[in-house]
Amino acid sequence: MRLLLPALLVAALPFSASAAGNAEKGKTLYAKHGCWQCHGYVGQGGAAGKPLAPKPMPPEAFNVFVRNSNGPMPPYPKEILSDAELADIHAYLSSIPAPKDYKSIPLLNQ
Amino acid sequence: MTDRRKFLTGVVAAGAATAVKPAVSADTEAEQPRALSALPPTEQIAAAETRVPSELPPNRVGGVPGSDFMVDVIKTLNIKYCPANCASSYRAIHESLINYGGNRMPEFLTCMHEESAVAMGHGYFKVSGKPLMTLCHGTVGLQHATMAIYNAWCDRVPMIVIGGNDLDASKRPPNVPTFHSAQDINALVRDFTKWDDTPVSLQHFAQSMVRAYKIAMTPPYGPVMISLDAGLQQEPIRSHGTEKLYIPRYIPTSPPAGDSGAVKEAARLLAAAENPVIVADRMARTPNGPKLLVQLAEALNARVVDQGGRMNFPKTHYLSAPPTAVPGADVVLGLELADFWGTVNSWTDNGENGVGANSPRIKAGTKLISINASDLLTKANYQDFQRFQVIDVQMAADAEATLPALIEAVKSAIPAARRSAIAQRGEAAKKAHAEGEARTRQAAAMAWDASPISTARLAMETYGAVKDVDWAIVSQSGNISNWLNRLWPIKEHYHWLGRSGGYGVGYGAPASVGAALANRDLGRLSVNIQSDGDLMYAPGVLWTAAKHKIPQLAVMHNNRGYHQEVMHVQRLANFRNRASNYAGDAGPVGTRIENPDIDYARLAQSLGWWSKGPIKDPAQLGPALREAVKVVLAGTPALLDVWTQPR
Repeated sequence: MRLLLPALLVAALPFSASAAGNAEKGKTLYAKHGCWQCHGYVGQGGAAGKPLAPKPMPPEAFNVFVRNSNGPMPPYPKEILSDAELADIHAYLSSIPAPKDYKSIPLLNQ
Repeated sequence: MTDRRKFLTGVVAAGAATAVKPAVSADTEAEQPRALSALPPTEQIAAAETRVPSELPPNRVGGVPGSDFMVDVIKTLNIKYCPANCASSYRAIHESLINYGGNRMPEFLTCMHEESAVAMGHGYFKVSGKPLMTLCHGTVGLQHATMAIYNAWCDRVPMIVIGGNDLDASKRPPNVPTFHSAQDINALVRDFTKWDDTPVSLQHFAQSMVRAYKIAMTPPYGPVMISLDAGLQQEPIRSHGTEKLYIPRYIPTSPPAGDSGAVKEAARLLAAAENPVIVADRMARTPNGPKLLVQLAEALNARVVDQGGRMNFPKTHYLSAPPTAVPGADVVLGLELADFWGTVNSWTDNGENGVGANSPRIKAGTKLISINASDLLTKANYQDFQRFQVIDVQMAADAEATLPALIEAVKSAIPAARRSAIAQRGEAAKKAHAEGEARTRQAAAMAWDASPISTARLAMETYGAVKDVDWAIVSQSGNISNWLNRLWPIKEHYHWLGRSGGYGVGYGAPASVGAALANRDLGRLSVNIQSDGDLMYAPGVLWTAAKHKIPQLAVMHNNRGYHQEVMHVQRLANFRNRASNYAGDAGPVGTRIENPDIDYARLAQSLGWWSKGPIKDPAQLGPALREAVKVVLAGTPALLDVWTQPR
């Protein structure tokens, strides 16, 4: 039930984040607000946070999730992270290229 | 003429002179017939106990030191090393160990912190299966040692801790030695040791030492404590009337196995299950443990979630499964789980009003079976027994000792009609395992070329450098997203040793040195993924490794912070609608290790290690690792400082 919350909120709540953010600013904000602490500097994820890149969830769902998370990530209210900043962060995550196929990396095929 | 050493040997072998086999070492005890304990010595030997041997020059002790007899007792237990930080309250036994005892069995290892000494014993045991002893000041030294003793307690690891203490207030030196004395030093650790004693005579010491070893080595294992009076160590052996000194034989106690009725019921549930899942934490006490678990899993084609308290199950086996296998189970068999509640429930630190939210991870009606020796060793104060979980079949027993009976019972309980379904379950598990492997490797490819270096790349560059030698992971402090367990072909019992037990930071570096010591004697290359925060608790253990020529490859997971704590502060700030104060660092005040950055390569070099770094470019990591491995194989410890992603 808890996992359904973001999806339900997408439908129920008005979307307020700006649609187009600035990826360069977003990279700075991603570091400044500590997103990297759980999700890694390039959104790769890990034990503490899910991967965010290369294809982050759509901006609307992203906004709702960040504001209302009831999972392991605490919600980030507007007092801490504005809608514009959130859009910039989303733009940064969207700009991160897809990783190589692991089959092309010899160390991952030992 | 009886020389001094032969004299005490005579005491040790007292039983032989009275038709009882001589005291034997712990190593050979298992093969010995179970004879009675040693009998009192002959009159001739008894008389010799209380006089100074005539060939000895007069000494100021006034006889044979009591601590020499203590060394004879210790030698029967075949304890190979004594890592310790020197202290005056045990000076007499210290002197006896290195001079009378020849500094062999045990060999004194110079440590720079009592916590390091105990943690070295912790790591050593998990490789060798043999406990070590340590000596410490009974007050200040023991206070330093407590965190490591608590880790050993939580991790069910035996360790014999001996604290010097000067009990007699009328004789003890004033001032500093009196600050370092107490009525009952053992009280400090009584809540997290299996047993303790304060011997008041040499014979009492002999009984206490052998009993301590025996209790520590009876599953569930655990640390034990002996308070050793300075006067008793220092004074000469005296007559005790008709009581003559002897050394009791050490005979191992067999581990507790599960009740036959409970084993049969567990087998019935497992055999009838549609989707049984086995979860193991500290199940494999010995190298035989994983072999038994493979037999049980294959008999059922049940997937196995290895929580990693020990190396319980080969990661390369098709039945090896991630924790996400648990929710689909209709029967869960938990083997030596540190936290059964946490295995079948989840807790999310994000509930209403800042209180964590609980939710079950399993379906209603899922049957739960537990085999856990820790049920026999619960104390009240420290909460290492975790939350209470209702269990359908609960055996207070050692899992490894119970598995042979359970395997046979399961084979007998599987009806012929179930065999086809069980075989199909195996095919599905093979498919799931292969798909999981591919997903894991693709996840590892993310951030492959990033700087700071990704923890997945750190793991696999390291594996690439050691894969052609007999390697063993001796420690993984910090959190590197479990990449070693997800990517390395961990299949031998010694490939993975588990964690600290009590999660007291500072375990990783000293435990790795202790484990590397055991691996050195076995000819294996030790790999330690060393986090920055852990190392800085007591970095002096690096010098101990150099001093005693204990090689290891330490690859630093240097994320320049206490990342376990970063999000705790951030979370609370978010709950309170406040931006967290970073004060110019990359994380909340008090959680970062930067500005200035610590130069770990120079630190290690100053303590006698080969070192290199900091390495920030992933392309430079592989060549540096190969260079370091050559150094380690030549017998020198090597450290690479690597700047990494946070997790």
